[in-house]
Amino acid sequence: MDIDIANKDDFELLEEELLPPVNEVKRFIRVFFRRKIVVVGFILVIIFLFIAAFAGLISPYDPYEQDLYNVLSDPGGAHLLGTDALGRDLFSRLIYGTRTALAVGASTALVAAAIGTVIGLIAGFAEGPAQTIIMRLTDAMMAIPSLILQIIIASILKAGVPGVVFAVAISLVPGFIRLTNGQVLSLKQNDYVLAARSMGSSRIRIAIFHILPNCLSPLIVQITMMMGIAILAEASLSFLGMGILPPTAAWGSMAYDGYRYLTTQPLLSIAPGLAIMFLVFSFSMIGDGLRDALDPKLRGTTS
Amino acid sequence: MINYIIQRVVHAVIIIVLVSLAVFLLIRMLPGDPIEIIVSQNTLASYGPEYYDQLAHEYGLDRPVMIQFVDWFGNIIRGEFGNSILHNFNIGEQIKDRLTVTLLLGLTAFVISFIVGPLLGIISAIRRGTWIDNLVTVVANIGITAPTFWIGILLIYFVGLKAGLLPLYGYTLPWTDLGLSIRQSIMPIIVIALSPIASSARQMRSSVLEVLNEDYVRTAWAKGLKEKAVIYKHVMKNSLMPVITLQGTMLRQIIGGQVVVETVFVIPGLGKMMVDAFLSNDYPVVQAVTLVMTIVVVISSLVVDFLYGWIDPRIQYE
Repeated sequence: MDIDIANKDDFELLEEELLPPVNEVKRFIRVFFRRKIVVVGFILVIIFLFIAAFAGLISPYDPYEQDLYNVLSDPGGAHLLGTDALGRDLFSRLIYGTRTALAVGASTALVAAAIGTVIGLIAGFAEGPAQTIIMRLTDAMMAIPSLILQIIIASILKAGVPGVVFAVAISLVPGFIRLTNGQVLSLKQNDYVLAARSMGSSRIRIAIFHILPNCLSPLIVQITMMMGIAILAEASLSFLGMGILPPTAAWGSMAYDGYRYLTTQPLLSIAPGLAIMFLVFSFSMIGDGLRDALDPKLRGTTS
Repeated sequence: MINYIIQRVVHAVIIIVLVSLAVFLLIRMLPGDPIEIIVSQNTLASYGPEYYDQLAHEYGLDRPVMIQFVDWFGNIIRGEFGNSILHNFNIGEQIKDRLTVTLLLGLTAFVISFIVGPLLGIISAIRRGTWIDNLVTVVANIGITAPTFWIGILLIYFVGLKAGLLPLYGYTLPWTDLGLSIRQSIMPIIVIALSPIASSARQMRSSVLEVLNEDYVRTAWAKGLKEKAVIYKHVMKNSLMPVITLQGTMLRQIIGGQVVVETVFVIPGLGKMMVDAFLSNDYPVVQAVTLVMTIVVVISSLVVDFLYGWIDPRIQYE
C-alpha cells in the first residue's frame, strides 16, 4: 500500500502504527510501584510527611517543655518512650524531629541542585578552558571525604539550621555539576539543538528551553536520592555537635545527648537513630523506583 | 608514566596548598577566636580583657593574615607545627600519635572491606534469591542507610553492655597490649567497614550477575568446568573491575566514618582531634589537622589511582 502523508487518513494510520497509544502516567505508576520495596518506601515517606504536618496534633507533650521532676523516666506510663535528661518527652521530640529532618533534607537537596545545575550548564556550554577548570575543581572537591568538607564548612558558618543546610549542600554540589555537565554534553549532539541553533537561538535560550527540560528526569532522581544522603549527613554533623544544636528537636543531636545515658536509658539514643534509618531508607527506595520509572536506560545500575 | 606521576603530584600539592589557605583565611574571617576564649575563661585569674591585645601579639595574630600564612607554611615545611593556643600541647607530637591510631584502624578497615564486600557480593549473586542473598541485601541496605554513630551505639549497647563481650570504648596501641588492642578495635572496625562493605557488595552483586550472562561463562559451563573453576577463573576476575574503581569512594567513606567512630568510641585519633579543634576554634590545631587530613586524603587517592593501573593494564596514563 502506498502511503501518502498528505492524505489525512493515511497519516493517522501511520501515526497509530508508529506510536502505540501509551498513557504515560499509567506507565509511570505501573513501573514505579512494581517493586514491593519501593511501595514500602513510598508508604513510609507518606507516613513521615503526615507526622511532620500534624506534629502538633499527634505529639502528646510539648517537645520543648522541661519537666525537671520527671527526668530520665522509664518508657511506658505517662511518657510513652520515657523522658530525656531535662524531662522532655522523647516521643514528642521524635515527632518534631521529623519536621527538622524533612525540612533540612528537602532544602539541602534543592539548594545543591540549584547551584549544581547552573554551574553544570555553564560548564557544559562554556567548553574549552572554562569547562576544564570547573570540572577539575569539581573532581578536587569530590576527592575530599564529604564529612570532612561538611565539618570545615559547618564550623566556619557556625552551628544552626542555615549553616548545616549550606555545608551539606556544598558537599553535594559536585555530584549535580557532574550530572548536568554530562547531560549537556550528550544532549548537545541532538538534532533539535542543531535546529534551534540554526534558527539563531542564543546559547542561553537553548540551555533553558531545550537542554534543561531534558535534564529534568535524572535531576529529579538525583534530588530524591540526595534528600536521604542530606538527612544522614545532617544527623552525623549534629551528633558531632556541629549541626543543629539543642534545644531544637533534631535526631542527630538527640542521639548524642542520649548517648551519655546509654546504660540506663538506651532508647534516648537508639530511637532517633532508628528514625533516621527508616527515613533515609525510604528516600533511597523512592529514588530507586523513580529511576526505574523515569529513565529506563539506567535500569539495573547501582548508585 | 613518569609525566603522569609528576602531573598528579603537582595537582596534589596545589590542592593541599589551596585547602590550607582557604581554611586559614576563612577561620580568621569569622567571629570568635581562641584569644577571646582564653580571656573570657580567665576573667578572675591572671588575664583580664585588657590582655587581649597583648596575647594576640604574643601569638602573632595581630599581623596581616597573608604574612601569618607564609610564616606558618614555612614552619610546617621545617616540620614545626607549633603549640595549641588553648591547651598548650605540642601539635606535631600529638598529630604523630593520633595519626598512628587513625591509620592502624583505617587501613585494617580498608583491607577487611576490600575482601569481605566483594566476597559477599559474589555469594549473593550466585545464590540469587536464597536466604543468604536476602541477608546480604538487608545488611547492605542497613550499611548504606543507617547513621554510622547509631551502628556504633547499638554495638556498644548489645555487644559491650548487655553481653559484656568487648570493651566499651578507648584504644590501646597493639605494641602496648596486643590482646586488649585487638579487643578494643573489633567494634570500631566493624562500624567503619560496614558502609564500604555495603556499597562494594552491592556493586559486586550486580556486576557478577552481568558477567554470568556473558557468552564465555556459558562456554565455560558447556565445556564441563567445575563450578569453582567457572566462578574463580571466569566470573570473579571479570566482575572485579567495577568494584576496584569503587575503591576511591570506599576510601572516602572510611575516612569520614572514622571521624564519627572516634567520637563514639572515644578513640584518640586524628578525626576526634579535628572535631575538637574545630569546635574550640583553636587556630594552629585546626590548620595543622586540616593540612594532615588533606595530605592523607590526597596520598591515599593517589595510591588507589596507581593501583588501578597495576591491576588493570588496559588503563593508560596520559
